[in-house]
Amino acid sequence: MSALAAGAEVEALTLAPQKPSRRRQRAERPKAWRLSILILAALFFLVPLLCSFKFSLINAAGSYSFSNYTEILKSGALRGALYLSLEIAAITSLLVILLVLPTAVLVRLKFPKLKIVMEVITILPIVVPPIVMVAGLSDIQGDAPLWVVKLFFNHPLTCLTPVYTVIAMPLVYRSVDNGLRAIDLHTLVDAARSLGCGWTSTMLRVILPNVQTAVLGGMFLTICMVLGEVVISSQLLYNTFPNEMILVSQANNSPGIPVAETLVAFVFTFLMLFSLTFLARRRGSKSR
Amino acid sequence: MTTESASAAAGAAAPAADQAIAAVVARNSSDVKFSGVQRLYGDVAALAGLDLEIVAGEMVALLGPSGCGKTTALRLLGGFDHPTAGTITVGGRDVTKVPANARDMGMVFQAYSLFPNMNVRENVAFGLRMRKVSKSARLKRADDLLELVGLGRTADRYPFQLSGGQQQRVAIARALAIEPTVLLLDEPLSALDAQVRHQLRAEIRSLQLRLGITTLFVTHDQSEALSIADRVGVMNAGRLEQIDTPENVYRQPATAFVAEFVGAMNRISGRIGDGDQIQVLSQRLTMRNPDGRPSGTAVHALVRPEAVSAVPDPAGSGEVIERTFLGASMRMSVKLDDGQLVLVEAPSHAEEVGVGERVGLTILSDSVTVAAA
Repeated sequence: MSALAAGAEVEALTLAPQKPSRRRQRAERPKAWRLSILILAALFFLVPLLCSFKFSLINAAGSYSFSNYTEILKSGALRGALYLSLEIAAITSLLVILLVLPTAVLVRLKFPKLKIVMEVITILPIVVPPIVMVAGLSDIQGDAPLWVVKLFFNHPLTCLTPVYTVIAMPLVYRSVDNGLRAIDLHTLVDAARSLGCGWTSTMLRVILPNVQTAVLGGMFLTICMVLGEVVISSQLLYNTFPNEMILVSQANNSPGIPVAETLVAFVFTFLMLFSLTFLARRRGSKSR
Repeated sequence: MTTESASAAAGAAAPAADQAIAAVVARNSSDVKFSGVQRLYGDVAALAGLDLEIVAGEMVALLGPSGCGKTTALRLLGGFDHPTAGTITVGGRDVTKVPANARDMGMVFQAYSLFPNMNVRENVAFGLRMRKVSKSARLKRADDLLELVGLGRTADRYPFQLSGGQQQRVAIARALAIEPTVLLLDEPLSALDAQVRHQLRAEIRSLQLRLGITTLFVTHDQSEALSIADRVGVMNAGRLEQIDTPENVYRQPATAFVAEFVGAMNRISGRIGDGDQIQVLSQRLTMRNPDGRPSGTAVHALVRPEAVSAVPDPAGSGEVIERTFLGASMRMSVKLDDGQLVLVEAPSHAEEVGVGERVGLTILSDSVTVAAA
């Protein structure tokens, strides 16, 4: 027993001093250089944003107020469109993860030869432009039997969700696959199995928590994609959030409104990405 | 913390550790039997018919070069892979088709097998959680097992905060937590540095003896296999070449492969005489593996360096051309007059023989293993 504990201590001691030296090294580099780059980058990104914000405050009468923003919030059509788009985004991101995570795990564990096939499949939705997809979809819509139209095309949720799932699949697959590459998947799965884990609980309790960041990243990418996709939804005449934004901005005579909308959308996206980073860091402090 | 306080802490925790041991021992260890087990990958036989019996409570080490099938055998027993033909029984029960998660076997992997998202205690308790053991019971048991492997203080840490040796200790505790019928060790020490490896090797053995758990240990390191196991099985090209006690595998290798894989070995040319005798270095020795070779055949006798003695003799058959002091022993290269090189390892306190001196060689054994010349 004593030998055991002592051995553990020796290891702990020899392991301890490593990190600080590197940090000190980095701090010694010239500060002014880094600071000026930071300021330049900040100016490059922030000045246009601030100008847009100032412009968005100009109302129809030509004076400054928040009326453009209240206008957006008051618009029931816009809010309805936002709910619809969020609904599609939520369902799509869940669907994509449900499809992609088990597939990526299976390919890595059991069918490594399919990797090349997956590469090709995941590149297709990127290579085929949305306008081509829309042309195909319109054709189907025109020729499809009535029940298909009723089942899929009658509601944006049933029509756009599958289409967006296909478009989001490559983004999520890459993200998840990278996440899986970073862990020792084979060993972790074998370990879980030997401890009595079935496949479902292996997936939920062992794999998912360890690729959480990648999965969240994929989901947020999907949400951002859905909230910004215009070509397909507008061609198929669905009033999703981005389409409604375009309509509202065209209908109003205040030039500040579309800018205000852009800013709202930007803040929304930013908050989402920020929460992702936050989640990832909280996890990181726990396990890295 | 000093060594003394560490051992004091370990001493205080002894009752908990004893409970953990009792829990494991209570579950009778089972015997394991491989019968004609084959595993083919396409046309390639990773395992070409393995027959192996492991007695309950015994530790068997499978030793061999990479690709010899030792890991395949372990994975088949663990249920991670399934045999093309043959059966595997554990405690009399045929488990050939039982999936890994229903086999109740504790497995320790080479490295990186701890779940990074769980702390040490949760890792050890994971198997019990899968068995629906209540939270308080499983966490208590996890703590007991961590005491058993000397890591009681690290329960709240995460795997990345531990050294390699500590991680493997946790992995052992985790494998034992489910009260396994068999313990499977898949090169658990190969990712560690030499000092930790030697220490952990001894700890694994003493733990295994105390728990009396049937254990299959796979390694490519012969000194590891020889020092840890009750019996060592040497594998080559999907076959078990020999399985015997470490002493017999080392001293009486059954085949040329075993002889040369385990330890350093001289090949000295000789000629087969009458019966199973062989003439080598003007000595007559018995062949261990005659294999029906006709008399008069030229063969190589496989002789360990420490089984040859070199005595200064002006009329001797060779000359010392190199000498290396190894601490406990002295290794010499002797060049025979016919050009053959023979390694001789002598205790370092034995009579000094200098480079350039002529020596007579004697094989200190009655029997040898031979290989085709």
